[in-house]
Amino acid sequence: MAITLSASDIPGAPLSARLSPPQVWGILLLVPYLLIFAAFVVYPVGYGLWLARQPSSYVALFHDPIFARAAVNTLIFLVIGINIKMLIALFLSGFFVQQRGWIKWLSVVFILPWAVPSIPTILSVRFMLNPEWGMVNQLIFKFTGEDGPNWLNDPTVALSMAIGVHIWKSLPFWTLILMTGRLAIPHDLFEAADVDGATWWQKFRFITWPSMQTLYITCTLLSMIWTLGDFNSVYLLTGGGPADLTHVLSTLGIRYLRLDQLSLAMASIVCALPFVLPLVYFMMKRLSR
Amino acid sequence: MKLPGLGEFTWRDVGIEARLLLIGIPVFIWTMIPIYHMFVFAISPKEDAFSGKLWPVHPTLNNFEIVFHQKHYFLRDFWLQFGNSVFIAAAVGILTLLIATCAAFSISRLKVPGSRMVMNLALFTYFIPAAFLAVPMYRTMGNYGLLNSHLALILAMVTIASPYAIWVLKQASDKLPVELDEAAVMDGATTLQIFRLVYVPLMMPSLVAIGTYAVLLAWNEYLYAFLLLSNEKQLTLPVALGNFLAADDSPWELLMTTGFIYALPPAAVYYAFKRYMVGGLTAGAVKS
Repeated sequence: MAITLSASDIPGAPLSARLSPPQVWGILLLVPYLLIFAAFVVYPVGYGLWLARQPSSYVALFHDPIFARAAVNTLIFLVIGINIKMLIALFLSGFFVQQRGWIKWLSVVFILPWAVPSIPTILSVRFMLNPEWGMVNQLIFKFTGEDGPNWLNDPTVALSMAIGVHIWKSLPFWTLILMTGRLAIPHDLFEAADVDGATWWQKFRFITWPSMQTLYITCTLLSMIWTLGDFNSVYLLTGGGPADLTHVLSTLGIRYLRLDQLSLAMASIVCALPFVLPLVYFMMKRLSR
Repeated sequence: MKLPGLGEFTWRDVGIEARLLLIGIPVFIWTMIPIYHMFVFAISPKEDAFSGKLWPVHPTLNNFEIVFHQKHYFLRDFWLQFGNSVFIAAAVGILTLLIATCAAFSISRLKVPGSRMVMNLALFTYFIPAAFLAVPMYRTMGNYGLLNSHLALILAMVTIASPYAIWVLKQASDKLPVELDEAAVMDGATTLQIFRLVYVPLMMPSLVAIGTYAVLLAWNEYLYAFLLLSNEKQLTLPVALGNFLAADDSPWELLMTTGFIYALPPAAVYYAFKRYMVGGLTAGAVKS
Protein backbone atom coordinates (compact mmCIF):
# COMPACT_ATOMS: atom_id res chain seq x y z
CA MET A 1 0.00 0.00 0.00
CA ALA A 2 2.75 2.42 1.02
CA ILE A 3 4.68 1.70 -2.16
CA THR A 4 1.76 2.53 -4.40
CA LEU A 5 1.05 5.67 -2.44
CA SER A 6 4.59 6.93 -2.88
CA ALA A 7 4.53 5.98 -6.54
CA SER A 8 1.47 8.15 -6.97
CA ASP A 9 3.45 11.17 -5.77
CA ILE A 10 5.96 10.91 -8.57
CA PRO A 11 4.86 13.26 -11.32
CA GLY A 12 4.79 11.74 -14.75
CA ALA A 13 4.65 8.18 -13.50
CA PRO A 14 2.58 5.88 -15.74
CA LEU A 15 -1.12 5.87 -14.94
CA SER A 16 -1.09 2.32 -13.62
CA ALA A 17 1.58 3.26 -11.09
CA ARG A 18 -0.40 6.23 -9.83
CA LEU A 19 -3.47 4.16 -9.02
CA SER A 20 -3.87 1.77 -6.12
CA PRO A 21 -4.63 -1.89 -7.02
CA PRO A 22 -8.30 -1.59 -6.07
CA GLN A 23 -8.64 1.36 -8.40
CA VAL A 24 -6.96 -0.51 -11.24
CA TRP A 25 -9.45 -3.32 -10.65
CA GLY A 26 -12.24 -0.79 -10.47
CA ILE A 27 -11.40 0.50 -13.93
CA LEU A 28 -10.95 -3.01 -15.34
CA LEU A 29 -14.37 -4.04 -13.99
CA LEU A 30 -15.99 -1.07 -15.69
CA VAL A 31 -14.47 -1.93 -19.06
CA PRO A 32 -17.04 -4.58 -20.14
CA TYR A 33 -19.93 -2.18 -19.71
CA LEU A 34 -18.07 0.71 -21.30
CA LEU A 35 -17.32 -1.45 -24.35
CA ILE A 36 -20.99 -2.36 -24.71
CA PHE A 37 -21.95 1.27 -24.18
CA ALA A 38 -19.49 2.54 -26.80
CA ALA A 39 -20.33 -0.09 -29.40
CA PHE A 40 -24.11 -0.26 -29.01
CA VAL A 41 -25.17 3.11 -27.62
CA VAL A 42 -22.64 5.81 -28.52
CA TYR A 43 -21.93 4.59 -32.02
CA PRO A 44 -25.56 3.92 -33.07
CA VAL A 45 -26.84 7.17 -31.56
CA GLY A 46 -24.05 9.20 -33.16
CA TYR A 47 -24.46 7.42 -36.47
CA GLY A 48 -28.22 7.89 -36.35
CA LEU A 49 -27.92 11.60 -35.64
CA TRP A 50 -25.44 11.91 -38.49
CA LEU A 51 -27.93 10.20 -40.82
CA ALA A 52 -30.61 12.67 -39.76
CA ARG A 53 -28.45 15.74 -40.43
CA GLN A 54 -29.97 16.77 -43.76
CA PRO A 55 -32.77 19.37 -43.69
CA SER A 56 -34.35 17.66 -46.69
CA SER A 57 -35.34 14.66 -44.54
CA TYR A 58 -37.27 16.98 -42.23
CA VAL A 59 -38.99 18.65 -45.17
CA ALA A 60 -39.98 15.24 -46.50
CA LEU A 61 -41.11 14.22 -43.02
CA PHE A 62 -43.34 17.24 -42.53
CA HIS A 63 -44.90 16.66 -45.91
CA ASP A 64 -45.82 13.13 -44.92
CA PRO A 65 -49.40 13.18 -43.53
CA ILE A 66 -48.70 9.90 -41.74
CA PHE A 67 -46.09 11.64 -39.59
CA ALA A 68 -48.49 14.37 -38.46
CA ARG A 69 -51.09 11.75 -37.64
CA ALA A 70 -48.55 9.63 -35.75
CA ALA A 71 -47.44 12.65 -33.72
CA VAL A 72 -51.04 13.40 -32.73
CA ASN A 73 -51.68 9.74 -31.92
CA THR A 74 -48.56 9.63 -29.76
CA LEU A 75 -49.75 12.69 -27.85
CA ILE A 76 -53.18 11.14 -27.31
CA PHE A 77 -51.55 7.89 -26.21
CA LEU A 78 -49.31 9.67 -23.71
CA VAL A 79 -51.52 12.44 -22.36
CA ILE A 80 -54.85 10.61 -22.20
CA GLY A 81 -53.79 6.96 -22.05
CA ILE A 82 -51.09 7.29 -19.42
CA ASN A 83 -53.09 9.58 -17.16
CA ILE A 84 -56.08 7.25 -17.23
CA LYS A 85 -53.79 4.33 -16.48
CA MET A 86 -52.07 6.07 -13.57
CA LEU A 87 -55.38 7.21 -12.05
CA ILE A 88 -56.70 3.65 -12.18
CA ALA A 89 -53.41 2.40 -10.71
CA LEU A 90 -53.68 4.94 -7.89
CA PHE A 91 -57.24 3.83 -7.19
CA LEU A 92 -56.46 0.10 -7.38
CA SER A 93 -53.38 0.46 -5.18
CA GLY A 94 -55.79 1.55 -2.45
CA PHE A 95 -57.91 -1.52 -3.15
CA PHE A 96 -55.03 -3.98 -3.08
CA VAL A 97 -53.60 -2.78 0.24
CA GLN A 98 -56.79 -3.94 1.98
CA GLN A 99 -56.10 -6.86 4.31
CA ARG A 100 -58.29 -9.66 2.93
CA GLY A 101 -57.44 -13.21 2.00
CA TRP A 102 -59.25 -13.05 -1.32
CA ILE A 103 -57.63 -9.75 -2.25
CA LYS A 104 -54.22 -11.37 -1.71
CA TRP A 105 -55.22 -14.11 -4.15
CA LEU A 106 -56.62 -11.59 -6.58
CA SER A 107 -53.34 -9.67 -6.54
CA VAL A 108 -51.52 -12.86 -7.56
CA VAL A 109 -53.83 -13.18 -10.59
CA PHE A 110 -53.77 -9.45 -11.25
CA ILE A 111 -50.02 -9.48 -11.92
CA LEU A 112 -50.43 -12.03 -14.76
CA PRO A 113 -50.56 -9.48 -17.64
CA TRP A 114 -47.19 -8.17 -16.49
CA ALA A 115 -45.71 -11.66 -16.04
CA VAL A 116 -46.69 -13.11 -19.42
CA PRO A 117 -45.16 -11.95 -22.72
CA SER A 118 -47.20 -9.36 -24.59
CA ILE A 119 -47.19 -11.00 -28.04
CA PRO A 120 -49.64 -13.89 -27.45
CA THR A 121 -52.00 -11.82 -25.32
CA ILE A 122 -52.13 -8.93 -27.80
CA LEU A 123 -52.77 -11.39 -30.63
CA SER A 124 -55.50 -12.93 -28.49
CA VAL A 125 -57.18 -9.52 -28.15
CA ARG A 126 -56.72 -8.97 -31.88
CA PHE A 127 -58.64 -12.09 -32.69
CA MET A 128 -61.24 -11.36 -30.06
CA LEU A 129 -61.99 -8.10 -31.91
CA ASN A 130 -62.16 -9.73 -35.34
CA PRO A 131 -65.43 -8.47 -36.88
CA GLU A 132 -66.60 -11.84 -38.24
CA TRP A 133 -65.00 -14.53 -36.11
CA GLY A 134 -64.10 -12.71 -32.91
CA MET A 135 -65.76 -13.60 -29.65
CA VAL A 136 -66.87 -10.03 -28.94
CA ASN A 137 -68.92 -9.58 -32.10
CA GLN A 138 -70.31 -13.12 -31.94
CA LEU A 139 -71.59 -12.39 -28.42
CA ILE A 140 -73.03 -9.06 -29.56
CA PHE A 141 -74.81 -10.90 -32.37
CA LYS A 142 -76.11 -13.57 -30.03
CA PHE A 143 -77.61 -11.06 -27.59
CA THR A 144 -78.80 -8.27 -29.87
CA GLY A 145 -79.06 -9.90 -33.26
CA GLU A 146 -77.07 -7.00 -34.71
CA ASP A 147 -73.63 -7.05 -36.24
CA GLY A 148 -71.02 -5.56 -33.93
CA PRO A 149 -68.75 -2.73 -35.05
CA ASN A 150 -65.64 -3.40 -37.11
CA TRP A 151 -63.41 -2.61 -34.15
CA LEU A 152 -60.00 -2.30 -35.73
CA ASN A 153 -61.18 -0.65 -38.93
CA ASP A 154 -62.00 2.71 -37.39
CA PRO A 155 -58.87 4.69 -36.51
CA THR A 156 -60.28 6.21 -33.31
CA VAL A 157 -61.62 2.91 -31.99
CA ALA A 158 -58.47 1.05 -33.07
CA LEU A 159 -56.22 3.53 -31.29
CA SER A 160 -58.38 3.34 -28.17
CA MET A 161 -58.10 -0.43 -28.28
CA ALA A 162 -54.30 -0.13 -28.55
CA ILE A 163 -54.32 2.16 -25.51
CA GLY A 164 -56.52 -0.40 -23.75
CA VAL A 165 -54.04 -3.16 -24.53
CA HIS A 166 -51.22 -1.00 -23.21
CA ILE A 167 -53.16 -0.32 -20.01
CA TRP A 168 -53.99 -4.01 -19.63
CA LYS A 169 -50.32 -4.90 -19.87
CA SER A 170 -48.71 -2.28 -17.63
CA LEU A 171 -51.41 -1.46 -15.09
CA PRO A 172 -50.29 -4.25 -12.67
CA PHE A 173 -46.72 -2.95 -12.57
CA TRP A 174 -47.69 0.62 -11.68
CA THR A 175 -50.32 -0.54 -9.20
CA LEU A 176 -47.60 -2.56 -7.47
CA ILE A 177 -45.27 0.45 -7.35
CA LEU A 178 -47.98 2.75 -5.99
CA MET A 179 -48.88 0.07 -3.44
CA THR A 180 -45.37 0.21 -2.00
CA GLY A 181 -45.86 3.97 -1.74
CA ARG A 182 -49.14 3.57 0.13
CA LEU A 183 -47.72 0.95 2.48
CA ALA A 184 -44.92 3.34 3.44
CA ILE A 185 -47.41 5.82 4.95
CA PRO A 186 -47.40 5.46 8.77
CA HIS A 187 -50.61 3.78 9.86
CA ASP A 188 -51.20 5.93 12.95
CA LEU A 189 -51.94 8.90 10.69
CA PHE A 190 -55.06 7.10 9.47
CA GLU A 191 -55.99 6.03 12.98
CA ALA A 192 -55.74 9.61 14.19
CA ALA A 193 -57.89 10.73 11.25
CA ASP A 194 -60.47 8.05 12.11
CA VAL A 195 -60.62 9.32 15.69
CA ASP A 196 -61.25 12.81 14.31
CA GLY A 197 -64.03 11.41 12.15
CA ALA A 198 -62.39 12.17 8.80
CA THR A 199 -64.21 11.03 5.67
CA TRP A 200 -62.72 8.76 3.04
CA TRP A 201 -62.05 11.74 0.79
CA GLN A 202 -60.46 13.82 3.54
CA LYS A 203 -58.10 10.96 4.40
CA PHE A 204 -57.06 10.72 0.77
CA ARG A 205 -56.79 14.47 0.30
CA PHE A 206 -54.81 15.26 3.44
CA ILE A 207 -52.81 12.09 4.19
CA THR A 208 -52.48 9.75 1.18
CA TRP A 209 -52.04 12.27 -1.62
CA PRO A 210 -49.46 14.55 0.07
CA SER A 211 -47.23 11.58 0.89
CA MET A 212 -47.62 9.99 -2.54
CA GLN A 213 -47.66 12.88 -4.97
CA THR A 214 -43.92 12.87 -5.72
CA LEU A 215 -43.98 9.13 -6.35
CA TYR A 216 -47.11 9.48 -8.46
CA ILE A 217 -45.68 12.21 -10.65
CA THR A 218 -42.37 10.36 -11.06
CA CYS A 219 -44.25 7.24 -12.08
CA THR A 220 -46.37 9.16 -14.58
CA LEU A 221 -43.34 10.73 -16.25
CA LEU A 222 -41.42 7.45 -16.28
CA SER A 223 -44.40 5.69 -17.78
CA MET A 224 -44.64 8.36 -20.48
CA ILE A 225 -40.99 7.91 -21.46
CA TRP A 226 -41.38 4.14 -21.62
CA THR A 227 -44.65 4.31 -23.50
CA LEU A 228 -42.91 6.27 -26.26
CA GLY A 229 -40.98 3.05 -26.84
CA ASP A 230 -44.06 0.83 -26.72
CA PHE A 231 -44.01 -0.75 -30.14
CA ASN A 232 -45.97 -3.94 -29.47
CA SER A 233 -49.33 -2.53 -28.36
CA VAL A 234 -49.91 -0.69 -31.62
CA TYR A 235 -47.96 -2.81 -34.09
CA LEU A 236 -49.35 -6.19 -33.06
CA LEU A 237 -52.93 -5.00 -32.62
CA THR A 238 -53.50 -2.69 -35.57
CA GLY A 239 -50.24 -2.88 -37.53
CA GLY A 240 -50.56 0.91 -37.85
CA GLY A 241 -53.72 0.47 -39.91
CA PRO A 242 -56.31 1.16 -41.14
CA ALA A 243 -54.56 3.17 -43.86
CA ASP A 244 -51.61 3.99 -41.57
CA LEU A 245 -53.87 6.12 -39.36
CA THR A 246 -53.02 4.56 -36.01
CA HIS A 247 -49.24 4.78 -36.09
CA VAL A 248 -47.38 6.19 -33.12
CA LEU A 249 -43.81 7.47 -33.33
CA SER A 250 -42.26 4.13 -32.35
CA THR A 251 -44.09 2.14 -35.04
CA LEU A 252 -43.60 4.94 -37.58
CA GLY A 253 -39.81 4.83 -37.12
CA ILE A 254 -39.84 1.08 -37.74
CA ARG A 255 -42.15 1.56 -40.74
CA TYR A 256 -39.68 3.97 -42.37
CA LEU A 257 -36.89 1.56 -41.54
CA ARG A 258 -38.71 -1.29 -43.27
CA LEU A 259 -39.26 0.98 -46.30
CA ASP A 260 -35.50 1.61 -46.31
CA GLN A 261 -35.96 5.31 -45.53
CA LEU A 262 -33.50 5.39 -42.67
CA SER A 263 -32.96 9.16 -42.71
CA LEU A 264 -36.72 9.69 -42.36
CA ALA A 265 -36.84 7.17 -39.52
CA MET A 266 -34.09 9.00 -37.67
CA ALA A 267 -35.60 12.41 -38.45
CA SER A 268 -38.92 11.35 -36.89
CA ILE A 269 -37.06 10.30 -33.75
CA VAL A 270 -35.06 13.54 -33.65
CA CYS A 271 -38.36 15.45 -33.79
CA ALA A 272 -39.46 13.67 -30.62
CA LEU A 273 -36.26 14.56 -28.74
CA PRO A 274 -37.30 18.09 -27.64
CA PHE A 275 -40.14 16.43 -25.71
CA VAL A 276 -38.21 13.40 -24.50
CA LEU A 277 -34.99 15.02 -23.30
CA PRO A 278 -36.57 17.32 -20.66
CA LEU A 279 -38.42 14.30 -19.24
CA VAL A 280 -35.20 12.28 -19.24
CA TYR A 281 -33.31 15.15 -17.59
CA PHE A 282 -35.94 15.40 -14.87
CA MET A 283 -35.92 11.65 -14.27
CA MET A 284 -32.13 11.54 -14.08
CA LYS A 285 -32.13 14.31 -11.48
CA ARG A 286 -34.68 12.34 -9.45
CA LEU A 287 -32.98 8.98 -9.70
CA SER A 288 -29.26 9.72 -9.62
CA ARG A 289 -29.32 11.18 -6.11
CA MET B 1 -68.71 5.63 25.39
CA LYS B 2 -71.40 3.44 23.91
CA LEU B 3 -70.13 0.40 22.03
CA PRO B 4 -71.66 -0.13 18.58
CA GLY B 5 -74.28 -2.85 18.57
CA LEU B 6 -73.36 -6.20 17.06
CA GLY B 7 -75.93 -6.05 14.26
CA GLU B 8 -74.89 -2.56 13.24
CA PHE B 9 -71.27 -3.71 13.11
CA THR B 10 -71.84 -6.64 10.73
CA TRP B 11 -74.00 -4.56 8.41
CA ARG B 12 -71.17 -2.09 8.06
CA ASP B 13 -68.74 -4.93 7.34
CA VAL B 14 -71.03 -6.42 4.73
CA GLY B 15 -71.29 -3.02 3.09
CA ILE B 16 -67.52 -2.64 2.90
CA GLU B 17 -67.10 -6.19 1.65
CA ALA B 18 -69.72 -5.65 -1.05
CA ARG B 19 -68.03 -2.50 -2.24
CA LEU B 20 -64.66 -4.29 -2.36
CA LEU B 21 -66.22 -7.10 -4.37
CA LEU B 22 -67.70 -4.52 -6.72
CA ILE B 23 -64.12 -3.49 -7.53
CA GLY B 24 -62.56 -6.95 -7.31
CA ILE B 25 -64.86 -8.77 -9.72
CA PRO B 26 -64.41 -6.34 -12.68
CA VAL B 27 -60.65 -6.33 -12.02
CA PHE B 28 -60.60 -10.12 -12.17
CA ILE B 29 -62.62 -10.24 -15.39
CA TRP B 30 -60.57 -7.49 -17.06
CA THR B 31 -57.33 -9.28 -16.18
CA MET B 32 -58.40 -12.72 -17.26
CA ILE B 33 -60.26 -12.07 -20.54
CA PRO B 34 -57.32 -12.11 -23.00
CA ILE B 35 -55.63 -14.98 -21.19
CA TYR B 36 -58.83 -16.99 -20.93
CA HIS B 37 -59.57 -16.35 -24.60
CA MET B 38 -56.13 -17.65 -25.49
CA PHE B 39 -56.68 -20.72 -23.34
CA VAL B 40 -60.09 -21.47 -24.88
CA PHE B 41 -58.53 -21.30 -28.35
CA ALA B 42 -55.72 -23.60 -27.29
CA ILE B 43 -58.16 -26.35 -26.24
CA SER B 44 -60.62 -25.86 -29.11
CA PRO B 45 -60.75 -27.86 -32.29
CA LYS B 46 -60.69 -25.65 -35.37
CA GLU B 47 -64.47 -25.55 -35.91
CA ASP B 48 -65.16 -24.63 -32.26
CA ALA B 49 -62.49 -21.94 -32.20
CA PHE B 50 -64.28 -19.82 -34.78
CA SER B 51 -67.77 -20.19 -33.35
CA GLY B 52 -67.25 -17.64 -30.57
CA LYS B 53 -68.29 -19.99 -27.76
CA LEU B 54 -67.24 -19.20 -24.20
CA TRP B 55 -66.32 -22.85 -23.69
CA PRO B 56 -65.63 -25.29 -26.55
CA VAL B 57 -68.19 -28.05 -27.17
CA HIS B 58 -65.43 -30.62 -27.61
CA PRO B 59 -62.39 -29.52 -25.61
CA THR B 60 -59.26 -31.25 -26.84
CA LEU B 61 -55.51 -31.33 -26.32
CA ASN B 62 -55.02 -32.12 -29.98
CA ASN B 63 -53.60 -28.63 -30.70
CA PHE B 64 -50.81 -29.21 -28.22
CA GLU B 65 -49.98 -32.49 -29.93
CA ILE B 66 -49.81 -30.75 -33.31
CA VAL B 67 -47.47 -28.12 -31.89
CA PHE B 68 -45.26 -30.56 -30.00
CA HIS B 69 -44.91 -32.82 -33.02
CA GLN B 70 -44.51 -29.89 -35.42
CA LYS B 71 -47.33 -31.21 -37.59
CA HIS B 72 -48.15 -27.94 -39.31
CA TYR B 73 -46.35 -25.92 -41.97
CA PHE B 74 -46.07 -22.87 -39.66
CA LEU B 75 -44.71 -24.99 -36.84
CA ARG B 76 -42.09 -27.02 -38.66
CA ASP B 77 -39.28 -25.38 -36.65
CA PHE B 78 -41.11 -25.05 -33.33
CA TRP B 79 -38.56 -26.85 -31.16
CA LEU B 80 -35.64 -25.18 -32.89
CA GLN B 81 -37.22 -21.77 -32.29
CA PHE B 82 -38.03 -22.69 -28.71
CA GLY B 83 -34.37 -23.66 -28.27
CA ASN B 84 -33.26 -20.36 -29.84
CA SER B 85 -35.40 -18.45 -27.36
CA VAL B 86 -33.98 -20.44 -24.43
CA PHE B 87 -30.41 -19.99 -25.62
CA ILE B 88 -30.76 -16.24 -26.17
CA ALA B 89 -32.55 -15.66 -22.85
CA ALA B 90 -29.89 -17.64 -20.96
CA ALA B 91 -27.01 -15.88 -22.72
CA VAL B 92 -28.52 -12.44 -22.07
CA GLY B 93 -29.10 -13.35 -18.41
CA ILE B 94 -25.53 -14.52 -17.85
CA LEU B 95 -23.84 -11.69 -19.76
CA THR B 96 -25.98 -8.99 -18.13
CA LEU B 97 -25.24 -10.38 -14.68
CA LEU B 98 -21.50 -10.51 -15.35
CA ILE B 99 -21.28 -7.02 -16.80
CA ALA B 100 -23.65 -5.36 -14.34
CA THR B 101 -22.18 -6.99 -11.22
CA CYS B 102 -18.66 -5.95 -12.17
CA ALA B 103 -19.78 -2.41 -12.96
CA ALA B 104 -21.89 -2.05 -9.82
CA PHE B 105 -19.04 -3.35 -7.63
CA SER B 106 -16.68 -0.85 -9.20
CA ILE B 107 -19.10 2.08 -8.92
CA SER B 108 -20.47 1.39 -5.46
CA ARG B 109 -17.61 -0.29 -3.57
CA LEU B 110 -14.36 0.83 -5.22
CA LYS B 111 -15.59 4.33 -6.07
CA VAL B 112 -13.20 4.72 -8.98
CA PRO B 113 -12.91 8.31 -10.18
CA GLY B 114 -15.38 8.84 -13.02
CA SER B 115 -17.58 5.91 -12.02
CA ARG B 116 -20.42 8.28 -11.14
CA MET B 117 -20.28 9.48 -14.69
CA VAL B 118 -20.61 5.88 -15.89
CA MET B 119 -23.67 5.46 -13.67
CA ASN B 120 -25.25 8.55 -15.19
CA LEU B 121 -24.51 7.36 -18.72
CA ALA B 122 -26.11 4.03 -17.92
CA LEU B 123 -29.13 5.76 -16.41
CA PHE B 124 -29.44 7.90 -19.52
CA THR B 125 -29.45 4.78 -21.71
CA TYR B 126 -32.18 3.35 -19.50
CA PHE B 127 -34.41 6.27 -20.50
CA ILE B 128 -33.92 6.03 -24.26
CA PRO B 129 -37.16 4.43 -25.50
CA ALA B 130 -36.20 0.98 -26.81
CA ALA B 131 -38.05 1.43 -30.10
CA PHE B 132 -36.09 4.62 -30.80
CA LEU B 133 -32.74 2.94 -30.27
CA ALA B 134 -33.86 0.05 -32.47
CA VAL B 135 -33.62 2.12 -35.67
CA PRO B 136 -29.93 3.04 -35.47
CA MET B 137 -29.16 -0.27 -33.75
CA TYR B 138 -30.38 -2.14 -36.80
CA ARG B 139 -28.01 -0.24 -39.07
CA THR B 140 -25.16 -0.55 -36.58
CA MET B 141 -25.51 -4.32 -36.49
CA GLY B 142 -25.43 -4.26 -40.28
CA ASN B 143 -22.22 -2.22 -40.22
CA TYR B 144 -20.68 -4.67 -37.76
CA GLY B 145 -21.74 -7.54 -40.02
CA LEU B 146 -23.76 -9.11 -37.21
CA LEU B 147 -27.24 -9.01 -38.79
CA ASN B 148 -29.05 -12.36 -38.83
CA SER B 149 -26.95 -13.78 -36.05
CA HIS B 150 -27.96 -14.63 -32.51
CA LEU B 151 -24.99 -12.64 -31.30
CA ALA B 152 -26.59 -9.43 -32.59
CA LEU B 153 -29.78 -10.02 -30.60
CA ILE B 154 -27.85 -11.06 -27.50
CA LEU B 155 -25.65 -7.95 -27.58
CA ALA B 156 -28.62 -5.68 -28.24
CA MET B 157 -30.57 -7.14 -25.33
CA VAL B 158 -27.55 -6.92 -23.00
CA THR B 159 -27.27 -3.25 -23.98
CA ILE B 160 -30.89 -2.69 -23.04
CA ALA B 161 -30.89 -4.80 -19.87
CA SER B 162 -27.63 -3.72 -18.27
CA PRO B 163 -28.36 -0.04 -17.42
CA TYR B 164 -31.27 -0.97 -15.17
CA ALA B 165 -29.31 -3.94 -13.83
CA ILE B 166 -26.34 -1.73 -12.89
CA TRP B 167 -28.61 0.82 -11.28
CA VAL B 168 -30.53 -1.68 -9.16
CA LEU B 169 -27.33 -3.48 -8.12
CA LYS B 170 -25.67 -0.17 -7.24
CA GLN B 171 -28.63 0.82 -5.05
CA ALA B 172 -28.50 -2.56 -3.32
CA SER B 173 -24.75 -2.55 -2.79
CA ASP B 174 -24.78 1.02 -1.44
CA LYS B 175 -26.74 -0.45 1.47
CA LEU B 176 -23.99 -2.94 2.40
CA PRO B 177 -21.86 -1.50 5.23
CA VAL B 178 -18.41 -0.19 4.22
CA GLU B 179 -16.96 -1.83 7.34
CA LEU B 180 -17.27 -5.22 5.63
CA ASP B 181 -14.80 -4.23 2.93
CA GLU B 182 -12.53 -2.54 5.44
CA ALA B 183 -12.44 -5.62 7.64
CA ALA B 184 -11.65 -7.80 4.65
CA VAL B 185 -8.80 -5.47 3.64
CA MET B 186 -7.45 -5.67 7.21
CA ASP B 187 -7.39 -9.44 6.89
CA GLY B 188 -5.31 -9.01 3.75
CA ALA B 189 -7.99 -9.83 1.19
CA THR B 190 -7.32 -8.66 -2.35
CA THR B 191 -9.94 -6.77 -4.31
CA LEU B 192 -10.91 -9.87 -6.24
CA GLN B 193 -11.27 -11.89 -3.05
CA ILE B 194 -13.57 -9.22 -1.61
CA PHE B 195 -15.59 -9.38 -4.81
CA ARG B 196 -15.85 -13.16 -4.82
CA LEU B 197 -16.10 -13.97 -1.14
CA VAL B 198 -17.85 -10.95 0.38
CA TYR B 199 -19.67 -8.98 -2.28
CA VAL B 200 -21.26 -11.64 -4.50
CA PRO B 201 -22.63 -13.82 -1.63
CA LEU B 202 -24.16 -10.80 0.10
CA MET B 203 -25.71 -9.55 -3.12
CA MET B 204 -27.29 -12.91 -4.00
CA PRO B 205 -30.97 -11.84 -3.65
CA SER B 206 -30.46 -8.83 -5.93
CA LEU B 207 -28.45 -10.93 -8.37
CA VAL B 208 -31.28 -13.45 -8.61
CA ALA B 209 -33.74 -10.61 -9.23
CA ILE B 210 -31.58 -9.03 -11.93
CA GLY B 211 -30.82 -12.36 -13.60
CA THR B 212 -34.54 -13.09 -13.74
CA TYR B 213 -35.25 -9.60 -15.07
CA ALA B 214 -32.73 -9.97 -17.90
CA VAL B 215 -33.89 -13.49 -18.81
CA LEU B 216 -37.54 -12.41 -18.96
CA LEU B 217 -36.68 -9.28 -20.95
CA ALA B 218 -34.84 -11.32 -23.56
CA TRP B 219 -37.45 -14.09 -23.71
CA ASN B 220 -40.27 -11.57 -24.19
CA GLU B 221 -38.53 -9.30 -26.70
CA TYR B 222 -40.30 -8.99 -30.01
CA LEU B 223 -39.13 -5.82 -31.79
CA TYR B 224 -35.38 -6.39 -31.72
CA ALA B 225 -35.72 -10.08 -32.53
CA PHE B 226 -37.94 -9.26 -35.48
CA LEU B 227 -35.53 -6.62 -36.81
CA LEU B 228 -32.26 -8.43 -36.25
CA LEU B 229 -33.17 -12.01 -37.20
CA SER B 230 -34.73 -13.03 -40.48
CA ASN B 231 -33.54 -16.56 -41.21
CA GLU B 232 -36.37 -19.04 -40.44
CA LYS B 233 -34.01 -21.34 -38.53
CA GLN B 234 -32.74 -18.55 -36.28
CA LEU B 235 -36.02 -16.97 -35.27
CA THR B 236 -37.11 -16.83 -31.68
CA LEU B 237 -40.65 -17.87 -30.75
CA PRO B 238 -42.22 -14.38 -30.59
CA VAL B 239 -41.10 -13.58 -34.14
CA ALA B 240 -42.40 -16.93 -35.35
CA LEU B 241 -45.73 -16.09 -33.68
CA GLY B 242 -45.81 -12.71 -35.39
CA ASN B 243 -45.19 -14.40 -38.74
CA PHE B 244 -48.42 -16.36 -38.37
CA LEU B 245 -50.18 -13.05 -39.03
CA ALA B 246 -48.69 -12.75 -42.49
CA ALA B 247 -50.91 -15.51 -43.86
CA ASP B 248 -54.60 -14.98 -44.65
CA ASP B 249 -55.64 -18.44 -43.52
CA SER B 250 -53.67 -18.41 -40.28
CA PRO B 251 -54.45 -21.38 -38.04
CA TRP B 252 -55.43 -19.20 -35.09
CA GLU B 253 -56.08 -22.11 -32.75
CA LEU B 254 -52.49 -23.28 -33.29
CA LEU B 255 -51.17 -19.74 -32.97
CA MET B 256 -52.91 -19.41 -29.60
CA THR B 257 -51.66 -22.82 -28.49
CA THR B 258 -48.09 -21.90 -29.37
CA GLY B 259 -48.56 -18.54 -27.66
CA PHE B 260 -49.88 -20.28 -24.57
CA ILE B 261 -46.86 -22.60 -24.45
CA TYR B 262 -44.55 -19.64 -25.03
CA ALA B 263 -46.18 -17.66 -22.19
CA LEU B 264 -45.90 -20.45 -19.61
CA PRO B 265 -42.13 -20.42 -18.88
CA PRO B 266 -41.87 -16.68 -18.12
CA ALA B 267 -45.00 -16.81 -15.96
CA ALA B 268 -43.55 -19.78 -14.05
CA VAL B 269 -40.19 -18.04 -13.64
CA TYR B 270 -41.91 -14.87 -12.50
CA TYR B 271 -43.96 -16.59 -9.83
CA ALA B 272 -41.04 -18.76 -8.72
CA PHE B 273 -38.82 -15.71 -8.17
CA LYS B 274 -41.60 -13.32 -7.14
CA ARG B 275 -40.12 -13.06 -3.66
CA TYR B 276 -36.91 -11.64 -5.12
CA MET B 277 -38.63 -9.65 -7.85
CA VAL B 278 -40.90 -7.74 -5.52
CA GLY B 279 -38.18 -6.95 -3.00
CA GLY B 280 -35.32 -6.44 -5.42
CA LEU B 281 -36.95 -4.70 -8.32
CA THR B 282 -39.86 -2.61 -7.14
CA ALA B 283 -37.75 -1.05 -4.40
CA GLY B 284 -35.27 -0.01 -7.05
CA ALA B 285 -37.72 0.77 -9.82
CA VAL B 286 -38.93 4.04 -8.42
CA LYS B 287 -37.13 5.66 -5.55
CA SER B 288 -39.55 7.88 -3.65
